[in-house]
Amino acid sequence: MSSAMLELILKATLDTLYMVGISGVISALAGIPLGVLLYVTRPGQVLAQPVLNSVLGIVTNIGRSIPFIILMVAIIPFTRMLVGTSIGTNAAAVPLTIAAIPFIARLVEGALNEINPGLVEAAQSMGATPWQIIHKVLLPEARGGIFTALTVTIVTLVSYSAMAGAVGGGGLGDLGIRYGYNRFNPTIMLITVAILVVMVQGFQSLGDYLVRKSDHK
Amino acid sequence: MIRLHNVSKTYQLKGRRDGVARSVQALKQVDFHVPAGQIHGVIGLSGAGKSTLIRCVNLLERPTTGTVTVDGRELTGLSRQALNQARHGMGMIFQHFNLLTNRTVFANVALPLELMGMPRSEIRSRVTPLLELVGLADKASQHPAQLSGGQKQRVAIARALASRPKVLLCDEATSALDPQTTGSILALLRDINQQLGLTILLITHEMEVVKSICHRVSLISDGELVEEAEVGDFFTSPSTHLGREFLNDFLKLEPPRALIERLEESPGPHTHPVVRLAFRGDAVAAPLVSRLARECGVDVSILQAKVESIQERTLGLMIAELMGPAAKTREALDYLESHDLKVEVLGHVQRDA
Repeated sequence: MSSAMLELILKATLDTLYMVGISGVISALAGIPLGVLLYVTRPGQVLAQPVLNSVLGIVTNIGRSIPFIILMVAIIPFTRMLVGTSIGTNAAAVPLTIAAIPFIARLVEGALNEINPGLVEAAQSMGATPWQIIHKVLLPEARGGIFTALTVTIVTLVSYSAMAGAVGGGGLGDLGIRYGYNRFNPTIMLITVAILVVMVQGFQSLGDYLVRKSDHK
Repeated sequence: MIRLHNVSKTYQLKGRRDGVARSVQALKQVDFHVPAGQIHGVIGLSGAGKSTLIRCVNLLERPTTGTVTVDGRELTGLSRQALNQARHGMGMIFQHFNLLTNRTVFANVALPLELMGMPRSEIRSRVTPLLELVGLADKASQHPAQLSGGQKQRVAIARALASRPKVLLCDEATSALDPQTTGSILALLRDINQQLGLTILLITHEMEVVKSICHRVSLISDGELVEEAEVGDFFTSPSTHLGREFLNDFLKLEPPRALIERLEESPGPHTHPVVRLAFRGDAVAAPLVSRLARECGVDVSILQAKVESIQERTLGLMIAELMGPAAKTREALDYLESHDLKVEVLGHVQRDA
């Protein structure tokens, strides 16, 4: 294989990592609070707001139900407004982030739902405010579940990022389609798939390690 | 220290049928008072409203009507902030301990102090003695999952005491523990009550708990407090049917089944009375049965008997058939009553049956 080819593969790998990294970080920053909000505004919860809760629920469900490939092209004007272009890794990171936020939010909500309600009750009996309950009880107790949620999200982002080629996003998926499929180069195809497999394995192992480290259940 | 006045709690049930919202009344006009330094037990069957009652004291459940006063402060009218402040003066422990799994033992005990905004150094000097008090100083850096049930409850007790409350609420605190561990937790609670002068309100369905540490006891049934008494009185002569059921269940003292079937409500010409005798104090030591035979000429057939220690008191219970002519047995009953025995005629059996 030529060194130009190797360079292409390396660049594509870095592009994928970049897209996944950027969208992973931003969607976590937005998705975790949204997940917490979805949980604590439920009826009977510490910040019960039934109306807000159903609005958030509906918005989240809409976000979750749009197929990624459609979301990607549908929000092109928004992407252009945000990052000034509709092609390239930065442009691909926008729809990836938008898709991942409701995804993380629902997973985080699920992780919080696993917490024994008695713990919240105990904190209330000690005079904890809702904010204290969130950051001293809910988030630390759901830590393992939240790491699991982030791992699942990152792995999903790796595979979604492969679709970003459709908007000229670059990355391994793009490389695999253009060189491996369109130019009938099975070696390239295999290499890109192999790198994606290794990447996913790596993220999963790292995630599992963090879950084990952080959870004392 | 704790005063509930006219407290009721009604739950609205969700499913509406025929357009009528249904509701369940969990507490009905409960009035009660626990003086400072007392250990007060509330006993009842499951579903009687015990949990709702204890949760109304720190307003985890908001009463539908009525007022809750703890340490001179009426709680139902307080702002959220003032209520949280007031809750720092009340500790609570739970049936399933409710420790944070991702915090160490030390950090669990420190939690209420963090919530109060206490500086780290002060927290350390407060938590360490508490862990010593509950005998877990060596477990400070372990996580709850590594502890036994009894140890978890000890951590929970240390946590509940951290804010130096005046009141401790115990929600079925020993129900998930084996009898031996229950004993050690109860001993710890008694020590705390004596050493710190803490007022303790506990709910339970176990007479053993009431017997071993409570000063007074209330009996709750179907959302109502139906009986309240000193523990010694409650164990000798409960005044309600439910109270007697709890006691019989605890003492396992029921007349034999074959006898129950033969019992008749009213005396006939040829019947013997079957009596339950409860004696306490000096009467326990007196040889009453043989005296009865000598002085009243009545034979006594003991069907069941038991002597229990209820805290510092001794309590004797006996079910016996008094055999003799009607006039003699009448005399015997008077004799027993005059000797400070609680006599209850359970019924009458045919003489020759």
